[in-house]
Amino acid sequence: MSEFSLKHPGINLGANDPEAHEAAEEVVFGFWVFLMSDLILFSLLFATFVTMIDATAGGPGGKELFDPRSVAAETGVLLASSFTFGMASIAMKYRSNRGVLLLWLAVTLLLGLTFLGLELHDFISMIGKGAGPDRSGFLSAFFALVGMHGLHVTAGSIWIVVMMVQTLVFGLSADVKIRILRLGLFWHFLDIIWVGIFSVVYLRALA
Amino acid sequence: MSWSHIVFGNLSVDALPLYSAIAATAASVVVLGAVGTFALITVLGKWRYLWSEWFTSVDHKRIGIMYIVIALVMLTRAVIEGVMMRMQQAVALDSPGYLPPDHFAQLFSTHGTIMIFFMAMPFLTGVINYVMPLQIGARDVSFPLLNSISLWLTAAGAVIMMASLCLGKFSTGGWTGYPPYTGIAFNPGVGPDYWIWAVTLGTVGSTLTGINFAVTIYKERAPGMRLMYMPLFCWTALCTSILMIFAMPPLTVATGLLALDRYLGMHFFTNDLGGNMMNYANLLWLFGHPEVYILVLPAFGVYSTVFSTFSSKTLYGYTSLVGATICIAVLSFTVWVHHFFTMGQSADLNAAFGTATMMIGIPTGVKIYDWILTMYRGRIRFTVPLLYALAFLLLFVVGGLSGILLANPAVDYQVHNTLFLVAHFHNMLIPGVLFGMLAAYHFWFPKAFGFRLNETWGRIAFAFWASGFLFAFMPLYALGALGMPRRTQEFFNPAYLPYTIVAAIGGLLILAALASLFIQLGVSISRREETRAFAGDPWNGRTLEWSTSSPPPEYNFAILPRVEGKDAFHRMKEHGEAYLRPDAYEPIEVPRNSAMGPVIGVSGAAVAFGLVWHIWWMACLGLLVIWGAVIARSFVRNTTRVIPASEVEATERRWLDAVSRTQRVTRDDELQPANRGLAVASAT
Repeated sequence: MSEFSLKHPGINLGANDPEAHEAAEEVVFGFWVFLMSDLILFSLLFATFVTMIDATAGGPGGKELFDPRSVAAETGVLLASSFTFGMASIAMKYRSNRGVLLLWLAVTLLLGLTFLGLELHDFISMIGKGAGPDRSGFLSAFFALVGMHGLHVTAGSIWIVVMMVQTLVFGLSADVKIRILRLGLFWHFLDIIWVGIFSVVYLRALA
Repeated sequence: MSWSHIVFGNLSVDALPLYSAIAATAASVVVLGAVGTFALITVLGKWRYLWSEWFTSVDHKRIGIMYIVIALVMLTRAVIEGVMMRMQQAVALDSPGYLPPDHFAQLFSTHGTIMIFFMAMPFLTGVINYVMPLQIGARDVSFPLLNSISLWLTAAGAVIMMASLCLGKFSTGGWTGYPPYTGIAFNPGVGPDYWIWAVTLGTVGSTLTGINFAVTIYKERAPGMRLMYMPLFCWTALCTSILMIFAMPPLTVATGLLALDRYLGMHFFTNDLGGNMMNYANLLWLFGHPEVYILVLPAFGVYSTVFSTFSSKTLYGYTSLVGATICIAVLSFTVWVHHFFTMGQSADLNAAFGTATMMIGIPTGVKIYDWILTMYRGRIRFTVPLLYALAFLLLFVVGGLSGILLANPAVDYQVHNTLFLVAHFHNMLIPGVLFGMLAAYHFWFPKAFGFRLNETWGRIAFAFWASGFLFAFMPLYALGALGMPRRTQEFFNPAYLPYTIVAAIGGLLILAALASLFIQLGVSISRREETRAFAGDPWNGRTLEWSTSSPPPEYNFAILPRVEGKDAFHRMKEHGEAYLRPDAYEPIEVPRNSAMGPVIGVSGAAVAFGLVWHIWWMACLGLLVIWGAVIARSFVRNTTRVIPASEVEATERRWLDAVSRTQRVTRDDELQPANRGLAVASAT
């Protein structure tokens, strides 16, 4: 099989690192399958949320609770982090100098942590207003869906730290590169989920 | 909060099962069994061997065998529970019998949970694990370490099930755990928590297994093996894996949200503050219906192999069988509402789901005819696997027809929640899944251990299983039609009694079947010299797993086979290409053993146990260890080792020399001691 027949979706290492490219094929495919399974998990949380939008049990709904500025900031930060991760992937593919890669990973991490900080602030202020997850079915579904995404971003942030350390310790070896490829898929995946959350959860309530 | 509460959570002496003599006895048996096993291993000095050769192994063959060991242990417990329920109902006319209602409810909950998640799932996962990589000509699965982690997560779930027998009470909410009954308001005890976390551990393991198997089948097939050259068993393994990938997450969501309700006071499925239990019913059956096809498709694959091998014919209608398998896999996602026709949705919706349900009968019917025609004019041998397959063929049609009846919402309204339903799904799962797994166990045992199982005891076990099934479950159709509700601990209608007594006799026959199965294993081991089949091909097999020694070497194939069509090994034998000595051997890279599986399994069990008893430090510590282990493992660089070419050559030479010394046998001598695993090449 020629190396060109072994392409997988997403950024390919290709001719820049043929050996890593060949090794990437199977694991990256496996990771796509995992993401597919993860997507089912999210889609069911979306479905649960949609069926419970009106289950506010006399408590506050989305319109009263969501802060458009905070949502806008979260969305901006997370979308920007997807872009910076794209820059990290390109730096990994085309530059032998790992400094640029580390820089972009650090920026991505910073944006991810900012997102988490904003989200946590939202959650705390909602709970402070008596709108915690135990207030109504609607709020249970909201916290489960958005919280699940937040947990994923947390896991992704830890993963970024691990990969920065591995880049420093091992250099840009094939297995480090392939892990960063998968981390990239994971990070962009969370961005897409957020677009869904933004549209279904926030935009619907605020528009 | 007291110190003892911080250390032990809600766990106290009251958790011991002293509320009933039967429960205390069961718990003692578990504890004594565990202690006895530990003592035996210690006395024999086998801990190091078990740790380095089995527990930390990432070889798909070892992992497959360990899965099946778990399945057999759990089968034993769940069969005994089933028999206890049948005995109770045999004496329950106008009498409380010997099992109090609360204990009876625990029994049907654990029986169902174990049979589905810790018997059937590990059994089929074990069989696929052992057989599929060999059949596609691969050296292992795509992610061997992940495979070990899946195994240990399943084992952790099984341990939690066993712990529930000794400490506290299990859920009384059935294997489906419907809220609001299993919610905190009605069930403040630990029972539903045991159910939630045991099932969640098993589910996560199965999701990872599904990903692993699917990637293996897509990416690891031997050179030349197109998808349409794969043995049918691999096709069913692929479809089952895809179903696992898509159908396990709904269960994770269902149990996860139920846990949030119970632990954090949320309102997904509660009666108040906007909760909606119908969401649970939908989530659970969005998993639950595909699950029955996850269970039965691999069995279909086993039957296909068995019919073809013991008729010495290629599988009739291979393409249609592949198509039917895919059809069933897709349709399985379109019928889940038939599990709750009576729960309030519109008649139109019920009609749509009822129609979709009946449609599943079409591809299944195609399969039945294909199997019959596979046998037509074949060289049929009535070996034990074929006996199971024939019993399946007859009984599964009966179960399928009762399913078509139930698919009609109007009929379902009449018999829902009665023993008719219990009869139906046992009719699908015992002849369908269990007989299939027993046939697989019989069929591939000589491959895994190098000697055949005792045929006589196999036949005795088969006779008990088949007759026990008929006696135990056919009366339940009648009882259901008479209106007897399922899960009844005591009843007052004398018309039920004759049937419940017959069913209890059936239960005893099934107990005898289980005992025969273990006697057979013992007899087979003690007489193993008579049935050795090291050469590797005792059944004149048609697929690649039979082209290796029995047991196969760690690396499976010294030289990856080149595949040019279906029934690859049969072709090789016909063209005189089997058992060839290659000009040169190459070194083979295999993954190193790893303690990750045991570490994650033990930590997973600790997390679950800590959550059940609110021992928060234990749950947090377990989670930390899991994440720490995963991160630490990613820094391990040296994960493979190389088997030198000289060692491969020595291993292969030992086998090929044995092959050249072995006498070929015809199918007439298949069950004789003369059968040392080398077949006369022709179809006779």
